[in-house]
Amino acid sequence: MEIQTMVKPTTVENTAIKVQVKGLSVYYGKFRALTGIDLTVHDRKITAIIGPSGCGKSTLLRSFNRMNDLTPGCRMEGEVILEGENLLAPAVDVVDIRRRVGMVFQRPNPFPKSIYENVAYGPRLYGIRRKSDLDEIVASSLKSAALWDEVKDKLHQSGLSLSGGQQQRLCIARALAVEPEVILMDEPASALDPISTLKIEELMQDLKKDYTIVIVTHNMQQAARVSDFTAMMMIDEQRAGRLIEYDATHIIFTRPKDKRTEDYVTGRFG
Amino acid sequence: MRKTFESEIQQLKDEVLVLGSMVEQAILGSVEALKKRDVEASRLIYEADARINAKRYAIEEQVMIAIATQQPMAHDLRLLASLLEVSGELERMGDYAKGIAKINILMGDQPLLKPLIDIPRMAQKGADMLHRALTAFVNEDAETARLIPYEDDEVDNLYDQIYHELMLFVIQDARSIERANWLLWVAHNLERLADRVTNICERTVFIATGEMKEIESSRDE
Repeated sequence: MEIQTMVKPTTVENTAIKVQVKGLSVYYGKFRALTGIDLTVHDRKITAIIGPSGCGKSTLLRSFNRMNDLTPGCRMEGEVILEGENLLAPAVDVVDIRRRVGMVFQRPNPFPKSIYENVAYGPRLYGIRRKSDLDEIVASSLKSAALWDEVKDKLHQSGLSLSGGQQQRLCIARALAVEPEVILMDEPASALDPISTLKIEELMQDLKKDYTIVIVTHNMQQAARVSDFTAMMMIDEQRAGRLIEYDATHIIFTRPKDKRTEDYVTGRFG
Repeated sequence: MRKTFESEIQQLKDEVLVLGSMVEQAILGSVEALKKRDVEASRLIYEADARINAKRYAIEEQVMIAIATQQPMAHDLRLLASLLEVSGELERMGDYAKGIAKINILMGDQPLLKPLIDIPRMAQKGADMLHRALTAFVNEDAETARLIPYEDDEVDNLYDQIYHELMLFVIQDARSIERANWLLWVAHNLERLADRVTNICERTVFIATGEMKEIESSRDE
């Protein structure tokens, strides 16, 4: 009797590491926003960061590409290691980091330019000039973002003429155009209707074949649906954000170990 | 639309079919081993039940994960709830096969009370009903599912026939009571198996229509 076993679920043990966060603390002036974060982001998987408002989810996300640098008075301690390189080291080229670690924001924010120019913007910035090269990048990025079929005949219309969901996929295409390794998504669907949300979620499943994705979401159901791993955060007595539990998503949502996670995912807290 | 969820559901249905065919083989194999008095074959079937149980737990866990992570509604919720139920039914059917295997082991050197004719027929009929019920289940084919339970009458009739036949043996020679009892248990297991096929059919109707009620074959009170 031959018995096939089911596909093994994704676990922390059987997946390669892309980003390693070690002892990360983030301060805004004297206020400590994050404290002692240790987190492993797995290669070509989707990691969701969940937790109540104000627990530091976005701050943690923004540490992955030094976006926190843009906030005056912000200081980071610890390490965020991308493929062996500590992104927080002073000598690191921040522009290069932001190419390798792209970001998609809560509200779609296309530039007030054509669809084509929105996508070509990044590659141009990094020195690609030949039109044929740019054409190819624009087409492939829009295809990867599942937007090509909807816009291929109107590439020179304004990006702002698109619907909200399309604009968000345009922003994803724009992020993909510079060939990042990691894509950060900060509530990427919270401003979208359910159908557009679904499209973004399905798109994420396609993208994870080639990219590592970290998503912040206050929508727990979304985290459950889309992610492979889930990090649960909360603030401590000093109001600093802490990581309280991290595991494969199916474990977090069926048998979390920490009572606080259990209370949060069952809606009894937060 | 929801490609990920759709493929998870498909995988679960496939797994239930795999579990079903494990059970089907176990049932047919257990009766075949008894018929041939092949104790070694029965031992293997007896031990293989652990794999059926493990498969059922694996499906159960996978369904739980799908419910927790995909928040199924309406049809999808009915389907996932039914997958839990059906995998439980299959696991218990596996226990019947294990029970039949155990009887053959218990019989040791004693010969069968009579050559087995109707018992293999019952097994064949039950396995066939199970096979078609599971096909209807994964295809969500309520029409077929509504018809299969009526075939249970055939299994029940065979059971009655076996019962009366075995009672005659006992009346003629009280010393045959133990050997008759063993075969009666085998027949009983097969009769129960067919009853559980009906439960699977009820779930199929439930998934397709949302209607949860018993399908009664003509012999049911």
